[in-house]
Amino acid sequence: MQNPRPNISRRNFITQTGLTGIALTLGIVLPGCGNDKGGVVNVSQGNGAGAGTELMSWISVDQSGKVYIMNHRSEMGQGTSQAIPQIIAEELEVTLDQVSIRSAPANPKKYGPQPSDGSFSVRGWHKQLLLAGASARQMLITAAADRWKVPVSECYARSGEVIHHPSGKKLGYGALVEEAAKLPPPQNVVLKERKDYTVIGRPMPRLDTPLKTNGTAVFGLDKKLPGMLYAMVERSPRFRGKVKSIDDSASMAIAGVKRVLKVRRPVFGTWYEGVAVVADTLWGAMQARKALKVEWDDDGIERLDSDKLRARMLEDLKKPGPSEKFEAAYAKAAKKLEAVYETPYQSHSCMEPLNCIADVRDNSIEVWGPIQEANWIQAYLSENMKMPAANITVNMTFLGGGFGRKASPDYPYEAAYISREMKAPVQVVWTREDDMTMGLFRTGSAYACRGGLDAHGNISAFQAITASQPFGEGTDEDGKPGPASDNSGNMSGLLAGYLQSIPHYSFGWCAVKSIIPTIWWRAPNAHSDGFAGESFIDELAFAAGKDPLEFRKAHLPGARYQALIEKLETVSGWKGRGRKEGWGVAITQCFGSTVGHIVKVSKRPDGKIKIEKVFSVIDCGWYVNPDIISAQLEGSIVMGLGAAIKHETHFKDGMAVEKNFDTYPMPRIHDIPDIEVHIMENNEAAGGVGEPGLPPFAPALCNAIFDLTGKRIRKLPFNLEEV
Amino acid sequence: MATYNLSINSKDHNIEADPQMPLLWVIRELVGLTGTKYGCGIAQCGACTVQLNGNPVRSCSLPVSMVAGQPITTIEGLSPDNSHPIQKAWIAEQVPQCGYCQSGQIMTAAALLKRTPNPTDADIDNAMQGHICRCGTYTRIRKAIKTAAHLANQ
Repeated sequence: MQNPRPNISRRNFITQTGLTGIALTLGIVLPGCGNDKGGVVNVSQGNGAGAGTELMSWISVDQSGKVYIMNHRSEMGQGTSQAIPQIIAEELEVTLDQVSIRSAPANPKKYGPQPSDGSFSVRGWHKQLLLAGASARQMLITAAADRWKVPVSECYARSGEVIHHPSGKKLGYGALVEEAAKLPPPQNVVLKERKDYTVIGRPMPRLDTPLKTNGTAVFGLDKKLPGMLYAMVERSPRFRGKVKSIDDSASMAIAGVKRVLKVRRPVFGTWYEGVAVVADTLWGAMQARKALKVEWDDDGIERLDSDKLRARMLEDLKKPGPSEKFEAAYAKAAKKLEAVYETPYQSHSCMEPLNCIADVRDNSIEVWGPIQEANWIQAYLSENMKMPAANITVNMTFLGGGFGRKASPDYPYEAAYISREMKAPVQVVWTREDDMTMGLFRTGSAYACRGGLDAHGNISAFQAITASQPFGEGTDEDGKPGPASDNSGNMSGLLAGYLQSIPHYSFGWCAVKSIIPTIWWRAPNAHSDGFAGESFIDELAFAAGKDPLEFRKAHLPGARYQALIEKLETVSGWKGRGRKEGWGVAITQCFGSTVGHIVKVSKRPDGKIKIEKVFSVIDCGWYVNPDIISAQLEGSIVMGLGAAIKHETHFKDGMAVEKNFDTYPMPRIHDIPDIEVHIMENNEAAGGVGEPGLPPFAPALCNAIFDLTGKRIRKLPFNLEEV
Repeated sequence: MATYNLSINSKDHNIEADPQMPLLWVIRELVGLTGTKYGCGIAQCGACTVQLNGNPVRSCSLPVSMVAGQPITTIEGLSPDNSHPIQKAWIAEQVPQCGYCQSGQIMTAAALLKRTPNPTDADIDNAMQGHICRCGTYTRIRKAIKTAAHLANQ
């Protein structure tokens, strides 16, 4: 997906310098610069991975035969803690009950890049994980064959044991570890074929589920350290406001309050100020914060209102200069169509509000919290606290949701800043109101789409101009976009296949002037671009007098698109549907996967719209756990539904208006339609599953409402009760 | 500050607290049971749900002074070994994603099942609509409640 918008790099690679250990420990080497092959090294030897090697994750088999797998990715519900061991167990020939998973802290000596973003956990690393599992298995087999003095070819591994086929002799992995660890990793490991898998591709129950049904899973807010202090922070209600004065007399009078101090947090490149109250109990900190009086200096900072911001976005749509070739092609179209779409600012509203613990010592920093981007946080702390990254450990607890918000280092930095000042471990706790009003937000967007149809009703010209904020602290300068593109670029989410069949296409983008801080939000850009793109494709289909699914099929060359569309047709009974009965479709693509939703709506007896059913088909190529994929699509649909019809963050006088779930409603159990998920079976490159199911929901819903009512919805969110 | 005797999961706890301190924070910070979660603080999301006299209540909005002497059950008290039919069903249907809201969901679902052993969809909607799950596990919650009803009736 090419996108003209700038994007801050979300991955940094850290150098591994060597490990020691008695267990058979295999690390997975990342492709280095100029070397596109991953590999496996035996770090027990301490010499396998030299300086310059990038090590991402590791597996260890100890002498009891227990397998430890470091999950180097955040677990925020998306199932990484299940998918990664499932991949390794397949090739290592162990059962999942022999496997214990540890969450890997960010530590540049041991682990490489750890951000959980871009639905990348499986699609990015599965080949190296398979290789690591197979290499360990091969070393254990070789160790057994050596001990028995039999050929390696007579031995195989199953369920954590090596078996000598002719004699039936068996040895558990634990008994072989010491010898296996002395062997060099094999060079040419043969990986299993998909048809022979017994673990991958199966709906194995998640290993973390029992911890989440009896209250024992430890989230950030549940973590406690001896001597830990609690901090709550009053932050400027207007972004970028500075502390003018503090009256802490009432706060300091509250029992257990230790100190009131000015703090700061990094919002991308801008420091935001706040005032922290630190107490020896959370309740004390809460009371002291209520008693605190802070005056803010926010003179000269633009006080944005949502209406003004929206008007500015619509004006910005006119800014990118024309693409002459596109204009010429558009002028020749037999039929022309124009539409403007709008999507809202929204908060992530993870169920677990932001929080973090830091313990800053003279020569070390240790952090615990619900964290998506351990390495980024580590880098920020290193740079700003003048501490070598090697002395900073970032521990990831379970995350009570993430959705992109818990990738920012701002709240961990706050904790570290206060800990350094207090010379004690400190937990910073954000209230729901802090979490919902202080940002960072999903950016709002506006789109101007123009499309031309030729005499046969095919798209001859397609243009989408976007106005939105890039991820970051925002800007107080007007956007100065270049001209719209000429048969190059794309918007996020729009199927690349369209660009093969549309002879003239054009994209443009204007960065909107606004100091509202924004950050990626589940399926970044695609969540909004996909709405505009797939709504407009639907409008073009209608203008062409074509069936919306047939129209897409005619514009999407490629066997995978065609197969996905046929699957959507079959599972939904599309061809047998009645006219104007409320059927809508949308298909989008992001993070290597394509998802199509068909939404069925109907009218209730009272005339209001009911969302009855969603048929969902994903093509994510090679996959690990079908039940987790279903869960991710179900969840993406629910989050997409909330974003489409339930909530929006408004701004008034420079401040976020909605503060809690009473004014920022969420989808609830009675709002949820029946959801039926299907996964395409193929052996193509692995795609992401955590995000790609979200973007097509809103356009499929709106297209279904159009089918039923003839009313086009071009602005999100909308009130389903008032359609 | 005042002293309260709380019966939590059939165990007595003598605690000293501000009478206005919500039960949620008493349970989490003073008693040390962290399975009950903070989500909104205004009884909108249900993450803090515990049972008081067997009924689901929002502990974030109940001052401790109002609950002394009444039996309180938290997720830890439902069963420590995941043997309650609701917990078994939650595992069977693989309900949790991030898991943060699930303690509250489970406490309400367990209370529902006790009152209504065979809940209809409408019963489930009525009982569970006070809970928010941002991961969107609602279809599985509905299914798991029905599975649990089946398990409990066996």
